[in-house]
Amino acid sequence: MLIDHPLLGPRDASEFVYKGDASLINRPDWQAEDALAKFIDYGYLRDNPASDHRELWFHEQGDRSWLVVTRDTTTHEIKSVELARDVARREGRSK
Amino acid sequence: MTGSNRLEGGLIDRSKPLRFKFDGIGYSGFEGDTLASALLANGVRLMGRSFKYHRPRGPMTAGSEEPNAIVELRSGARKEPNTRATTAELYEGLTANSQNRWPSLKWDAMAVNDQLSNFFAAGFYYKTFMWPAAFWEKVYEPIIRKAAGLGTLSHKPDPDSYDKGFLHCDLLVIGAGPTGLAAALTAGRAGAQVILADEDHLPGGRLNAETFTLGDQTGADWAAAAMAELSSMPNVRVMTRSTVIGAFDHGIYGVVERVSDHLPEPLPGKPRQILWRVYSKRAILAAGATERPIVFENNDRPGIMLASAIRAYANRWGTTPAKQVAIFTNNDDGHRTASDLVAKGVEVVAVIDTRTDAPGSDLYDVIAGGEIDQTWGRLGLTRIEVKMPKGGIRRITCGALGVSGGWNPNVHLTCHQRGRPVWNDAISAFVPGDTLPPGMIPAGAAAGDFSTHGALVSGRKAAQEALADLGIDAKPTDLPQAEDAPVRITPFWHVTRAKRAWVDQQNDVTAKDVKLAHQENFVSVEHLKRYTTLGMATDQGKTSNMAGLAIMAEVAGKSIPEVGTTMFRPPYTPTAMGVFAGRSRDETFRPTRKTPSHKWAEEQGATFVEAGLWLRAQWFPKPGETHWRESVDREVTQTRKSVGICDVTTLGKIDVQGTDAAEFLNRVYCNGFAKLAVGKVRYGLMLREDGIVMDDGTAARLAEDHFVVTTTTANAVPVYRHMEFVRQCLFPDMDVQLISTTEAWAQFAVAGPNSRALLQKIVDPEFDISNDAFPFMACGAVTVCGGLRARLFRISFSGELAFEIAVPTRYGDALIRRLMQAGAEFDVVPYGTEALGVMRIEKGHATGNELNGTITALNLGMDRMVSKKKDSIGSVLSEREGLNEADALKLVGLKPVNPDHTVPAGAHLMTKGTKVSAANDQGYVTSACYSPNLGCHIALAYLKSGDTRMGEVIRLVSPLTGIDHDVEVVSAHFVDPEGDRLRA
Amino acid sequence: MHDLKPMTPLGQHEPVIETHGPVTLTEVTDTALASVAARLGREADTAAILASVLGSETPAPARHGGKTLTAFWMGPDQWMVEAPLETHEDLAAQLAATSEGAMSVTEQTDAWCRFDLSGERLADVFERLCSANTRAFTGGEAVRTAIEHLGCFLLCRTPAHISVLGPRSAANSLHHALLTAMRSAH
Repeated sequence: MLIDHPLLGPRDASEFVYKGDASLINRPDWQAEDALAKFIDYGYLRDNPASDHRELWFHEQGDRSWLVVTRDTTTHEIKSVELARDVARREGRSK
Repeated sequence: MTGSNRLEGGLIDRSKPLRFKFDGIGYSGFEGDTLASALLANGVRLMGRSFKYHRPRGPMTAGSEEPNAIVELRSGARKEPNTRATTAELYEGLTANSQNRWPSLKWDAMAVNDQLSNFFAAGFYYKTFMWPAAFWEKVYEPIIRKAAGLGTLSHKPDPDSYDKGFLHCDLLVIGAGPTGLAAALTAGRAGAQVILADEDHLPGGRLNAETFTLGDQTGADWAAAAMAELSSMPNVRVMTRSTVIGAFDHGIYGVVERVSDHLPEPLPGKPRQILWRVYSKRAILAAGATERPIVFENNDRPGIMLASAIRAYANRWGTTPAKQVAIFTNNDDGHRTASDLVAKGVEVVAVIDTRTDAPGSDLYDVIAGGEIDQTWGRLGLTRIEVKMPKGGIRRITCGALGVSGGWNPNVHLTCHQRGRPVWNDAISAFVPGDTLPPGMIPAGAAAGDFSTHGALVSGRKAAQEALADLGIDAKPTDLPQAEDAPVRITPFWHVTRAKRAWVDQQNDVTAKDVKLAHQENFVSVEHLKRYTTLGMATDQGKTSNMAGLAIMAEVAGKSIPEVGTTMFRPPYTPTAMGVFAGRSRDETFRPTRKTPSHKWAEEQGATFVEAGLWLRAQWFPKPGETHWRESVDREVTQTRKSVGICDVTTLGKIDVQGTDAAEFLNRVYCNGFAKLAVGKVRYGLMLREDGIVMDDGTAARLAEDHFVVTTTTANAVPVYRHMEFVRQCLFPDMDVQLISTTEAWAQFAVAGPNSRALLQKIVDPEFDISNDAFPFMACGAVTVCGGLRARLFRISFSGELAFEIAVPTRYGDALIRRLMQAGAEFDVVPYGTEALGVMRIEKGHATGNELNGTITALNLGMDRMVSKKKDSIGSVLSEREGLNEADALKLVGLKPVNPDHTVPAGAHLMTKGTKVSAANDQGYVTSACYSPNLGCHIALAYLKSGDTRMGEVIRLVSPLTGIDHDVEVVSAHFVDPEGDRLRA
Repeated sequence: MHDLKPMTPLGQHEPVIETHGPVTLTEVTDTALASVAARLGREADTAAILASVLGSETPAPARHGGKTLTAFWMGPDQWMVEAPLETHEDLAAQLAATSEGAMSVTEQTDAWCRFDLSGERLADVFERLCSANTRAFTGGEAVRTAIEHLGCFLLCRTPAHISVLGPRSAANSLHHALLTAMRSAH
C-alpha cells in the first residue's frame, strides 16, 4: 500500500506502523462523572465498518508524524490522509 | 545442423554451440535454445514423469505455463527442483535430471500407480486415509509425504544471494509482445518514465514465434528494432527475464528479475535474482494469451503438444518434436501451425479439425469434423486414431500431435485484487472484467484482442489513455501493417467418450475426476479445485483450468460463465523462496547493533548475547573459569564488594524539552514529575491506557524545560512511538518536543562501594560528587578526563552505591578503557547482562520478565504511585474491578527451603496441602538466579495476596521438569532492603 | 584538553573508505549534528533563527540546504543542523545559546553514522536498498526511509554525492548493506 503523506507525498506503507481506529484521538475527560465507563468504551469498543475507516498510522521510518488515514476496508482505497495533530486540534483537543 | 530434429532458421545462434547433459547423457544445442528446445532438437521428447501416476511426459508448451517438462536443474547445493525445461535457457555445461522416477525415466517402478488408477481417483486421500486416527501422523503422513512432490531438495544452504529493490515509473508495461512494444514506444516517445518487463530473455512475445510480417519486416526484426529504440531512451527501462508476479495495492507490482539463472553461476557479488517492488502510476497488462489444449484419450503422451508450441519450436528455435506431425484443432489457429510446419519442411500428416466447416488446404490433408479417438506410444507418440466424421477410425502414424483448443487471455494479474474475469462468446474465453486493480489497463491479447494489428493498436491506445490520465499528451505512434485475422473458433473442450483423458497434466486430474467430483456434489468451482487438485500444481492450471470448467459446466448443465472461474493469486509463476528473503538471511537476517564498548569487550573475551538487535556482553570469563556461573558469581561478588562497570548504552533515551515537558511527563507516567527539582532523577512507571504497565525507567531533569527519559532496552522504540502519540494526538497543544538520543551517548553503570572513589579519578576535580553535593538520585553535566563533556546520574539498578556516566558515543571506547585503568587499584570488574540480572533480582527490581503485559502497578506493589491528583495515561482504567481483586497477584521473593534446590522461572506456586491443578494456582515465578550473596537460588514471583504471605512455605511446581519442592515467601528485596547502600 | 581518543562508528580510529566500480563509499566523521525543534507558537521565530544560522532559507519538508551551515528537515517544525566538527564540537550548545527560548536543541552528533556515496549511477545502488526514488534526485533532497530495516536519512548533495545517515550502533550492518548493494549494482 501507499499512503499519501500530506507533507511528503506517497510513501510505502512499510514505513508506517498501524495503531488502530482514529477514535483513539477522542480520549475522554478523566474527571467526568462516568469517566470509568467512558474509558472502557474508548479503550475497547470499536466499529468495524466494511467501508470507510479512519485509522491512525505512525510514520516511524519517516518524519514521525501520526496520520489519520481514511481507508475503504473493502478495497484499500485511501480517500484522505491528514496530520493527526491537525485532526486532534480540529476535534477540540487543544486545551 | 546438430541433432536429428533440427530445422533451418530460427533465432538461435548456430555459431555458438553449447554442450549440456540430461540424465547423464551429453547433448549439444545452441545459444538461444531452451533446455526443452535443445532436447527436442536432439530427438528427446520424454522429459519427466507425472505426479500421481508416473506417466511418461514431454513438453506441452514452449513457455512458463508448462505443466510437464519440469526437471531438476543444476546439481549440488544449486540444484533446483521443478524447473521448467521450456524456460530454462541453455548454457555451456548445463546439467539437468528428470524427476519423480525410479530407477530411470524410461523404466519407473512407481508407474504401477497408473495400473491402479481406479483406486487413485479424486478424493483418494480423503477417502482412504481416514481411519484409524492414530495412523494419521505415524503411518499415513510419512507414506504420503514420500510419494508426494516431484523434485527433491538439495538440503544444502543456497550458495547464491538475492536482492530486493524498488523502482518507480509512470507506466509499467507488462509483457513485451506486439501490444507491450506498441505501448512502450508510444509512452517512451512521449517522455514518460516507462518500465517494460517481460519474462523472456528475448522481447517480442509471439512475434518471435510467428512468420507473418509487420510492414516489410519479420515480426522478430520489428520487435528487435523497437527494442533498440526503447533501449536508447533514458526514460525507458527495459527489463528482460523479468516476471511480473503480482499486482498489489495502489499500483505496486512485484517483479522477479532472473539476473543469473541463464549463467552456470552468478558473477561475483551479483545476485541470482532480484525481487523488485515497482511503484507505478499506471500499468498496461500486455501479458498476451495462452493456448489451451483439447482433452481426449491418452492426450498426455510425449509428442502431444500445443499447436502454438510446435509452431514456436519450429519458427523460433528451428526444431520440431518429430518429422511427422498431425494437428488437432477447433479453430483456425491450428492451421497456422500446419502451414508454418510445411514451410519448414516438416511433414504434416493430417489436420483434424472438429469443425465440419473447417477450411481446406492444398498443403495438407484436412479431416473436417474429425476427433482423436486414441493415441499410441508408451514413451512417446507413435500413432493416432481418428474418428472420422462419417464413421470409422483412421490410423495415422506421427511422432507429434499439435493441439489447439483456442486461446485464453492471460488475465491472471487482473484478478489479484478480487477482480473476476468475464466470458466473451466471440473468442470463447474469459477476458478481464470491470473490477481491475486501480490504474491497470489490459490490452492486446490479454484483453481478448488476438490479431497482431489489434494488439498494436490496442497497445498504443492503452498507452495514450494511461498517459492522458497523468496529464501527458502522447502522440499516436506510427504502426506497421500487420495481420488482422478474425478469431474463428467453435468451442470443443473434450472428446466425451474418452476414459483416461487428462485435464490437468501436472496434477494428473482426468475428465473422469471432474465428473466424479460433480457426482459427489462438489458444486462450487473452488471446491472442485480443492477436491480434485485441478489447477493446484506449480503451473496453477494455466493450460488446464478452462477445460476443467467446461467439463464441469457440461455435467452440471450450466454455461461456463455460470460456473465461473477460480481465483488467481500471486505469484504468476513459481517463485524461489530465496528471492523473498533477499539479503535477510544468516548473519545478515537483521541488523546488529553494537555497544560503544563492543570492541573492548571482544578483546576481553566476553561472551555476547543478543538483546533485541543489540549484542551485549553477557559475562567476561577469566582464565581458569570453566563455567559461566563462576564468571557471573565473581562479577556480582566483586561489584558488591568493591566496584564493577557495565555498558548500559542500550537503554532507550528520549530527550524531552519544552515549557510543558514536566506536565507532559505527568501525563505519560502514572507518578508525578511536575515537582521534580532540576538536577534530580525520578523513577517513572508508564502505563498503557488499559491500566497495564507498559514500561519503566527514569526521568532526569536537566533544566526546568529539559528532561532525559530512559526506557528499557526492548521498549525504546514503542515507548517513543507512544509518547509521540500522546503528544500529537492527545495533547496537540502542549509545548513539548521529543527526540531519541539513545545512540548519542555511551553510558556506563559504575556500581559498588568504591564507585565514587573510582569516578572521582575520572570526573574533573571542579565537580564535587561527594554524597552531600551529589546525593542519591542527583544528576548533572560534568566533564571527565580533563574536559570531555559528560552527564552523570546517581542511579542504581544493582542496589549498590552507583552512578551512570554518559559521554558522546565516540569516546565510549576510550572511557571504558580509562575507567578500567583507573579502577585497577579497586580491582574493578566489568560485568555483563547476567551479573546485571542477578543484582537486580537480589534487589527486587522489575524488568521485562516482570513487566510482561499482564501486570498492573498494584501487582508490582506500586499502586500508590498511580497519582489520582492528575490525568495520566492508564490511571482511570487501572481502577477496573478485575484489576483490583482482593487476592491480586503481588511481587514477592522466593527462597528454597532446601538451599540446594533451584527455583526455575516459569514454575507455578501452589498452597501447601492443595492438589497441583490450574484451579489451585497461586502464581508463578518470573525471574530466577543463583545469588552468590545469599548462597542459594532466589527468585521473583507473582503470588496471590503475596504481600500478606511473607514467611509462608509454599509449593513450587513445574510438572514439565518434574520439580516439586518447598520455597519460602520473602520480600523481593533480598539485598539491602532499607536502601542504605544506595545513599552511602 | 582531554586525551581520550574517539572511535569511528565502524570501530576504527580512521574513517573507512571503499571503492567499487564507479562508486566510492566513505565513512564521514567530521560533522557535528544538532536537532532543532520549534517550541509551540515559536515556529516562525525558529525558522528565522535557523535561516540566519544557515545563511539561507530554512529547508522545506524533505529538503536540505544552507550556506554558512547546512540543515535538513526531519519532521514538522524540526530540522537537523550540520556543521564542521572541528569548529562546532559543541554545536548543540552554540545553537541553544542563540535560541532565545524559541526552540529545543538536542545534541545528535554521535547518534548517527554517516556514509557518503560518490560517483556515477548512484541510483543503481540505492534502488537495491530503499524505496526512495533516488533516480529522480537532482540535489537538495532529504528523505528519511528504511534501509535493511534501519531508519536512515538520504541527503542528496548532488546526484553524484549522496550521504546516508543511519543509527550509529548499526554502522557495521549499514556499511555491509551499502557495500553489498554497490557490488551487486556495479
